This record gives sequence, structure tokens and C-alpha cells, in this order.
Amino acid sequence: MKLSVWTYEGPPHVGALRVATAMTGLHYVLHAPQGDTYADLLFTMIERRDHRPPVTYTTFQARDLGSDTANLFRTACEAAYERFQPQAMIVGASCTAELIQDDPGGMAETMGMPIPIIPLELPSYQRKENFGADETLFQLVRRLAAPMARSEAITANLIGPTALGFRHRDDITEVTALLEGMGITVNVCAPYGATPEDLTRLGAAHFNVLMYPETGEAACRWMERELGQPFTKTVPIGVGATRDFVAEVARITGLEARLDESRLRLPWYSASVDSTYLTGKRVFVFGDGTHVASAARIARDEMGFEVVGLGCYNREMARKIRALAKEFGVEALISDDHLDVEAAIAEAAPELILGTQMERHTGKRLGIPCAVISAPVHVQDFPARYSPQMGLEGANVIFDTWVHPLVMGLEEHLLTMFREDFEFHDDAGPSHHGGAHVRREATDTPAQDAPAEAENVIWLSEAERELKKIPFFVRGKAKRNTEAFANERGLDEISVDTLYEAKAHYAR
Amino acid sequence: MTHHTPPPPTVGCSDAPVLKERGQHEVFCGLTGIIWLHRKIQDAFFLVVGSRTCAHLLQSAAGVMIFAEPRFGTAILEESDLAGLADAQDELEREVDRLLARRTDIRQLFLVGSCPSEVIKLDLSRAAERLSARHAPKVRVLNYSGSGIETTFTEGEDACLAAMVPALPATDERQLMMVGALPDVAEDQALDLLARIGIDKVTVLPARHADAQVGVGPNTSFALTQPFLGGTHSALERRGARHVPAPFPFGEEGTTAWLRAVARDFGIDQARVDAVIDAPRARARKAVAKAAETLAGKTLFFFPDSQMEIPLARFLTRECGMEAVEVGTPYIHKALVAPDLELLAEGPVIAEGQDVEKQLDRCRAARPDLTVCGLGLANPLEAEGMTTKWAIELVFTPVHFYEQAGDLAGLFSRPLHRRDRLRLEAAE
Repeated sequence: MKLSVWTYEGPPHVGALRVATAMTGLHYVLHAPQGDTYADLLFTMIERRDHRPPVTYTTFQARDLGSDTANLFRTACEAAYERFQPQAMIVGASCTAELIQDDPGGMAETMGMPIPIIPLELPSYQRKENFGADETLFQLVRRLAAPMARSEAITANLIGPTALGFRHRDDITEVTALLEGMGITVNVCAPYGATPEDLTRLGAAHFNVLMYPETGEAACRWMERELGQPFTKTVPIGVGATRDFVAEVARITGLEARLDESRLRLPWYSASVDSTYLTGKRVFVFGDGTHVASAARIARDEMGFEVVGLGCYNREMARKIRALAKEFGVEALISDDHLDVEAAIAEAAPELILGTQMERHTGKRLGIPCAVISAPVHVQDFPARYSPQMGLEGANVIFDTWVHPLVMGLEEHLLTMFREDFEFHDDAGPSHHGGAHVRREATDTPAQDAPAEAENVIWLSEAERELKKIPFFVRGKAKRNTEAFANERGLDEISVDTLYEAKAHYAR
Repeated sequence: MTHHTPPPPTVGCSDAPVLKERGQHEVFCGLTGIIWLHRKIQDAFFLVVGSRTCAHLLQSAAGVMIFAEPRFGTAILEESDLAGLADAQDELEREVDRLLARRTDIRQLFLVGSCPSEVIKLDLSRAAERLSARHAPKVRVLNYSGSGIETTFTEGEDACLAAMVPALPATDERQLMMVGALPDVAEDQALDLLARIGIDKVTVLPARHADAQVGVGPNTSFALTQPFLGGTHSALERRGARHVPAPFPFGEEGTTAWLRAVARDFGIDQARVDAVIDAPRARARKAVAKAAETLAGKTLFFFPDSQMEIPLARFLTRECGMEAVEVGTPYIHKALVAPDLELLAEGPVIAEGQDVEKQLDRCRAARPDLTVCGLGLANPLEAEGMTTKWAIELVFTPVHFYEQAGDLAGLFSRPLHRRDRLRLEAAE
């Protein structure tokens, strides 16, 4: 038993729902009690889908237990087939149904339906949402795809995008364009937008693009083995990764690596002098393994940040993220307990968090700006505008998205600072309206928030005045560093000299 | 005062046939009530003993309401807990000890049963007893089930309040108990009206804090503010308290009838009541009239959700001039909603339970002007060109009593109004 307040991933059947909802012509019969239908709103509200997810919930109740839950499942299957006429059905159990052991898969297979029925075994008490999606796609592909002649022109399948995915909708467009730029067309994109019939044509592609390892890796590995299709290992998020991806596709296909960079802006935006202030910004990166790995590389190599902590919530990616952390010289945090993550962030005291919606809230509490880079998703992660993460436009989007909270942070600091200013203080009234404006006398007496006394260190008044001259956005850090410096040396007073000695000590 | 609402119908829905449906239920389970109950009972923690699905449901239903550290959580059952039951009791004890050590502000702990805990027959009442003994007197531990196999959405609140009743101290004092977890603003208004009418002693269940003096006994009359409190109703009657039947306090008419019924029970003169309520009644009418301009003559279809459907249909048809086509509700407590059914004119299909696909067929055939439904159905129906009102807002928003009557009507008129305003087609 483990106490959990907020979770990064839902149960595995929600992963299966993400696959089913992404597809058309597929129906999911889920043996589940009343209430599990809450999952529908993830798609209709958070993702704003205009159709109900293609799911029938058997909705068994206490009075059904021990009598005819199995029969209920059978009826629900038949009714679903009659009503929706799907090309294929997936069947399975949610956590409660798993306990009553009705074996929906076994039952459905003996019902003699004229369509493929794919049973799903998703262990609810061991695994989670990403596994559920990955396993469901794998089972669908294994059942429906078969070796076949390759298409004449070079084609690729896009594997992994699902409903409720972080920017999957726009990433598909971007990756399709990347491939088109090299003369490659998309054979099938799955599960997003595919039908079960489309899955039978997967074998015609020359290779697979594994867009999201979290939800597509098992299927890609199977297709590599059974259909002889290589798959890409680079996830094209960021400028460097996109260039690497194009090179990898060229290697796989023997085509020339071509990438139209005419609309790429990140490198210049990052190089322009306005971005100098981004240098060495301390960032903490947390999310799903794939997005974290991409974000860490962008942060260091393309934004000039310093990665002070990184980790992921999906254990499936633990090995990869540990290796990456080693490369970055930090300790990887592999945890699905958001309180652990919050504690690690508080400890690292970064200037920016690149995280999930969970870390965005943590950031609010800790007063640290945060940009969202990964699922779990929120209604804000489905913007009306085109907003990919992958490809060159993805890189542009990422530059804006990451810089925005820092700029906002700066503005907030400015407002706070000017609250103390002789000219723009709170009681001053707007100067551009004239008349009402009241200047405050400049004084030598320390303001209320003056660092009168640290735990066991006293700021001498001259040092205190000097501290106030330091620009506000580094003042807090200067104060902390100086006090730490004084403590280390057993000083009980801070003079102007101590202040500058500390500054020299911490200079980077 | 002149009558603005129509006289009671000659034939109401008291004896109308009920369409009983069984099939896929597109509704939340009782765990969802934790979202508003934990805000109402300010020193309580709700610990669901369940699965990852339960945790995910709570977080999805809570939506953007992410608090620093909410006073609810899920003890997620793992493979090892399912193997041996003796273990699960110990595990639970360990998690509770840890939780209470960290949250010293907690005075009441609710162990909330879920589908998995019910199916594996985890005895939460025994756990609650053990934990109560362990943490008394500082923390009281109670248990109830919010599982989907036993409770539908608002029945979770009913189960929670019913679980509190046996623990209430006995009293012989003549008092009114107002029952139902309302937003503070609505509750305070009601308490003010009741005081001015002349009812000296009023208690509220659930109280905001554990140390509030809420007793119950043979001289207690209780009035429900929500129609889904059937279990609590029985539990209170078992403690000797007497129910004051009345229409529910939605809209001007409902609030007036509710207050008058309570006053009658306390032998208070109607003239005295009217003197107090005349002004707020007039305000409520005025506020409702504005929204009624949009709502009058429009047809209305309720999918089952909160059990508030019958009283709300009464309000929308009688005070806002709407025409109900179907009133679906998860469960009908006849003893509780009889006064509302009586006032609801015959005509609409009254449906209990749900088979969502069949109900969608009926809804599409009826093409109502406004459909009240859950979050899973709203956008898909909008995409089909129907106007919808999501039902869950009705349990989160202050909608009871006079000063909220206009807001309540506004919740229904806004979607229609919005559809009217939008001009998204090309100019020609």
C-alpha cells in the first residue's frame, strides 16, 4: 500500500483508452464498475475531443457480483458490436474487474464475432498508463500486421502518437513534413488517426519512426523482428536532435539528408545578445523519460542553461535517464511521488523548472518559474494554435515556451523592486497622470525587509546598504551566498569586504 | 404578495410511471464527493483505500483544483496487498500513522472504501475502530464506501454523512438540523434566514469542524438541503430525529416552501416568516426573471447525474418556463422528492438509472434546446449541434436559497445565450 496524493500516470487501462480513442473503427469493451467512465472526460474535456471515446463500460454493480458479471460482459460486447460495427475490438478489465476474474479476453474470443477481437492483459496493480498504451498498440499490431511487399516509393510509419498525448497532434504534422522534405511519404500513422485496416498495411513501409518510446517501442521492436523494418532511435525534439534524426533517416533509407532550415529561429534567438541573460540559468528537468532526455540536451546545448537536476517518473526509462544524468554530472531522480520531486527541486533551488503540470504547481509554491515539457497533460497543453515540440518549428516553440516564464519572472521581480523605489513606490500614484505623484524621501535607514540579522551573522549597516545597491534579481542570491560564506568561515559580522570576498568566492 | 409561479399542477409526476434503465452508466462514482466534502469539513482527511484508478479519478475530477497539499489521498493497493488480507490492515495502519504524524491539523479521518477494497472485502469498519482507539481522542476515524459498485456520484456524500450520524452525541434539545454540505455562502444565508424566522437552535451536518456541537435526538427536526441524502435520512430517523418533508430550496418557490415547512414544524406563524422573506423573495424573482427571458419555452433534457434533477426540473419548468422532455436521475428517493414530483407537471419521461446509448438515442430524437449532462457527454453533444449544461457545476456552485436563485437560472441560460451570440459563419 502506498499513499498517493497526485499521480503522474493513470492506470494501464487508461493507456489502452488513449490508443482506442486515437483510432477510428476500433472499439474497446472494458469490464469495469460504474465510475470508471470518468476517463471519458479526459478526452472530451482536457483534449476537447468532439466524440466520445469508443468505449463500452460494462458498469457492473455490487448486486451483480457473484451472479452474472460475466453475462453482463457478454451482453455489452454484443451490444457494442451491433451498435458501432467496428473493424476490430479490444477487450479487457479495469482494476476491479481484474479482481473478479471473469476473463473478458477468453469470453470474447469464444463469442464468434466476425471481426478480430484482441484481448488485453493489463496488470492494474503493477503497471501504469504508459505501459497500457504501449502494450495495447503492440497487441493490435501483432494481431493485425503481417509481412507484405514494401511500397514502391520509400515510405515510413509514424509510431506512438496517442490521444491525450503531449503535443502529439502537432508533432505528427511536423514529422510528416520532415520526411516529406526528404521525399518520404507516410504509410500509416498509428495509433493516432489509424483504423484497424490501416494497421494491416503497416508492413508496406520501409521503416518506422518511433516518435514516442513510451507508447510505441514494443510495437516497433516487434515490427523490426517480424516485418524486418528498422526504426529510428532519435526523437527529433530540439535542433540538434532534429538534425540527427534527418541523418539517421538518411542512413536507414540511403537517401540524401535534407533539412530545410529556412524557418528555424532557435539558434539565432539563442545567439542574439538579448539571450545573454539565459547563460548558466540553473534548470531542473523532470517528466517522462523521452521528453526529459530531449529537454536536457536542448537546455545545455541550445539554450546555454546549466542542468542542476533531472529525472523521470516512468520507471521504464530509468536506465536511460540514469545514464543521461551521469553524463550531466547529476544524480537522476526516478520517482512517481510528486512530494519527492518537490523536495528535490527545493533542494536544488533552480531558477527554472522544465517539468509537468505537477511541477508547475510545485514551482508556484516555491516561487520558481516553470515551463511544461511533458505529460501528464492539462487543458492548457492542447492549445488552439499549432504548437509542436518536434522538428524545427518545435524548436522555435520550445525557445518561446521556456523563455516566457523567465521573462514573466523578471517582470514580477521588477514590480516587487519598484515597490521600494523612491519614485515608483506603492503610494506614489501614476506619474504619467501628474499631480498625484508623491516622491518618497530617500533615507539611510534600512527598509523593513533589510537583512537585519541572519541566524548567527550580523550585517553591518554599511554592508547592508551595499547589498541594497545590488540589482534586485541577484540580491537574494548575493545575500544567501554571503551568509553561507560567513558561516563557513565562522564570521559573526558581515562587512562590505565580506560581501565582496563572498562574491569573488562564488564567481563562476 | 402576488403569485408569479403557476399554481400547483392538477396532475403532477407523483404517480408518473418511471422508466427504469440498466446499462452503461455515464456517471461518477461516490468517491467524487470527496472533492467538495474535504473543502466543507475543514479538519478532515479523506483516505481512499483503492487503486490507481481511484487516485486518477479524484485528480481528474478535481481538475485544476490543485491545492498545496489537499486533504485527501489514496492508499493505492498493490499486488502484495491483494495476496494476504491481514497484511492490508497493518499496511493501512502504517500509512495512517505516517499521515497523521505529518498532518497534525487533522481531527477527523474518513477511510473511504472503493470498488477494489469492497471486492477483496477489506474490513474498513474494523480498521476504523482500531485506528480510532489508537488515535483517540485527538482524531476520530470513520469509514464509508464511495465505491462505484455501491454509490453513484452524490451518494458518496450521503454515505459520508450517514456514517457520521451514529457518532453524534445524543441531545434532547429542541433543534433544527440542516443536512447537506453546502458552500459556506449559501449555508450562512440559510442560517441567517432561519434565525430571523425565529428558530433559535440550528445545527448543520456536516459541521465545518470536528469540535462543533452537533447532537441529535427525539426533539431534533431535520431538513435536507439535497435530494440525494436518503441514507442519512434513515440514519437520522434511527436516532429519533424527525424529517421535515419539503420541496428542495432551489429557486424562489423551493426556498419559500422549504422555509415555510420548517417554520410550521416549529409552530412559527406564517406571517412572521413572510415578513422576513418578502424582500429576498422579490430579489430572487427579479434575478430569475432575467435568465427566464432566455429559458422560457425552451425544451429540457436531463441525463442522470447528481439526483438533483427532479427538484431542478421543478425549478426550471415552474419558475423559468421551460418544458421538460426527459428527467433522468440515477435514483429516485420517493420519500425525499415527493413534494417536488407533486409540483412537476405531468409530461416528461421520468427515468431512473441509465443505459447511456439508448438515452442518447432518445435525446437525439427529441433534439431538446438544452441538455443537462456529465462532462463525458457535453462536448460530443455540442459537436452534434446540441446545447449542453454540464451537470457537475451544480454540485460545486452555490445554487441554494434565494440569493443564488438567479445564479442557478443563469447556469442554464448561459449556454443558450452563448450559442446565440457566436457568429462563426462567413458573412455571406
